[in-house]
Amino acid sequence: MAFAVFTPAETHEAPKKSSKLALLLLLPGVLYLGLFFLTPLVSLVLTSLQVPRPDGDVGQYDYAFNWQNYTALFDPDDGYFPHILRSFGYALLATVLALLISYPIAYFIGVKARKWPMLQSLLLVLVIAPFFISFLLRTLAWKQLLSDESFVITGLKAVSLLAPDAHFTGTPFAVVFGITYNFIPFMTLPLYTNLERLDIRMLEAGADLYASPFHVFRKITVPLTMPGIVAGTLLTFIPAAGDYVNASRDFLGGPDTQMIGNVIEANFLVLENYPAAAALSILLMVVILVLVGAYVKRSGTEDLL
Amino acid sequence: MSGGQAATPDGVAPSPGMLPPGAAVRSIRHRRIGLGGWLLPTYTVIAFVFLLVPIVYTFVFSFNDSLKSNISWRGFTFEKWTNVCVVENGAVCTAFTNSLLIGGVSTIAATVLGTMIALALARYKFGARSAISLLIFLPMATPEVVLGAGLASQFLAVGVPKDMLTIILAHTMFCLSFVVVTVKARVASLDPTLEEAGRDLYAPPWQVFWRITFPLLLPGILAAALLSFSLSFDDFIITNFNSGSVNTFPKYIYVAASRGIPAEANVIASAVFIFAIVIVLTAQFSKQSRERRLAKRAG
Repeated sequence: MAFAVFTPAETHEAPKKSSKLALLLLLPGVLYLGLFFLTPLVSLVLTSLQVPRPDGDVGQYDYAFNWQNYTALFDPDDGYFPHILRSFGYALLATVLALLISYPIAYFIGVKARKWPMLQSLLLVLVIAPFFISFLLRTLAWKQLLSDESFVITGLKAVSLLAPDAHFTGTPFAVVFGITYNFIPFMTLPLYTNLERLDIRMLEAGADLYASPFHVFRKITVPLTMPGIVAGTLLTFIPAAGDYVNASRDFLGGPDTQMIGNVIEANFLVLENYPAAAALSILLMVVILVLVGAYVKRSGTEDLL
Repeated sequence: MSGGQAATPDGVAPSPGMLPPGAAVRSIRHRRIGLGGWLLPTYTVIAFVFLLVPIVYTFVFSFNDSLKSNISWRGFTFEKWTNVCVVENGAVCTAFTNSLLIGGVSTIAATVLGTMIALALARYKFGARSAISLLIFLPMATPEVVLGAGLASQFLAVGVPKDMLTIILAHTMFCLSFVVVTVKARVASLDPTLEEAGRDLYAPPWQVFWRITFPLLLPGILAAALLSFSLSFDDFIITNFNSGSVNTFPKYIYVAASRGIPAEANVIASAVFIFAIVIVLTAQFSKQSRERRLAKRAG
């Protein structure tokens, strides 16, 4: 149901020539996206170049062409370079971890469980089950479970599996842990749709030609599931780089784990420093588009977009 | 599901004593392909425990006889389930009904607009096709903070006060792309000969659409609507930028996180979870038993 997005079906496509009807079908939706997606981006660019209104109140700005809003982001004293680095570092680490954790799960559901369709359906529902409980409450549950007083942590310390002074909440570890956890379903589903259609005979052919299991995996399974890997990593990396819930102080983060999202939120909603928030948003979007473009090109899956 | 079941005799190898001739070679080969007989299933079980731990935690703590914040276990009670709307003058329930209303309205809007675009994209050829596909794809590839901040800066520039309407406008925008992608896959998998048959029998175009195309698309449209509702219902980041003083369920939790979340929030989240999982399981298994019935009838 909810994972239908990730299941492209066989196509019987027979596009007809354009007609007035097509235009009529497209117009309302395209206008809507123009009005509430494209012009907001333009508005964001204009806001990012604003100057404070002379003798105006806090939060009052005039349109200008003030490039300094961008250079100020990299100011060594009160700029946001550490936050930018942290955002992409945490997101990258969480994406790699989520891929490593999700691939075996998707392999089990998509390949090993083929003989039992009921089990396959049940496991798929369990993969998306976290979607049905509030994202924020899930993250708060981990905060409680990772806190110093939780039975998990005190238990692990009691049996000496954990150093007595170990501490998790508020650390980069907890933030990366939370992001990884929250995006595992987004990673697993596209991997599953690819692995589910993987032709086992290909793997058998490799084994018949004396390839080691590792070689079969590297040379056959991974290349054949590349579209799933690319889709999963994008579905994880993009929202993870902009996330600010996990890194927030009331959730898994602390003062030293603030990401770009936290800075944008604080500047826009608390400090009313709209130009700084807008400049950071534009920067975040441009960096992501460049990274994603390079990644998709390198992995040779352009047609996925 | 693919028809690969018959071609995949991998998995647990039978004991050597009862192997039919030729099977020995096969079982050795499969042991070489697999990731170890028991390792992968064991790993999968552990991974699922990890995935489901926060859900179980949230559910268990909905029965906690807690005071203001719901952190340490103080004993079992049903009271939070029976008196959900009492705490904080019903703030949790107001936030919840706001989320339902916003989810409902933006799902209807996004599903209608998105289905129309999907039909046009899958059925017609026109010059701006790739440009429109890009326009659909971009909102899904943009981080939510950027979408949220962008809309908020536009509402600010135009002078629109933030309230329920601005949240609905924002949610419709980000749900739209997901509807297009979901429904488009369904349109593309439709067998065109069914519509041809209708036309051959002299059905006018509108009748072909309402009697053939639309019923065949309906499961895809419903799946898109369900996806869109769950995206809207759980959205926090975009909502936070465009909600003003209106509370939604996720926003309530975010704000309350600093002072402690009452157990009533766990009650609502658990109830929503149970409701959603029952819907999805029913849909999934009824689809499967229907497929099996059809397969049996086909011989």
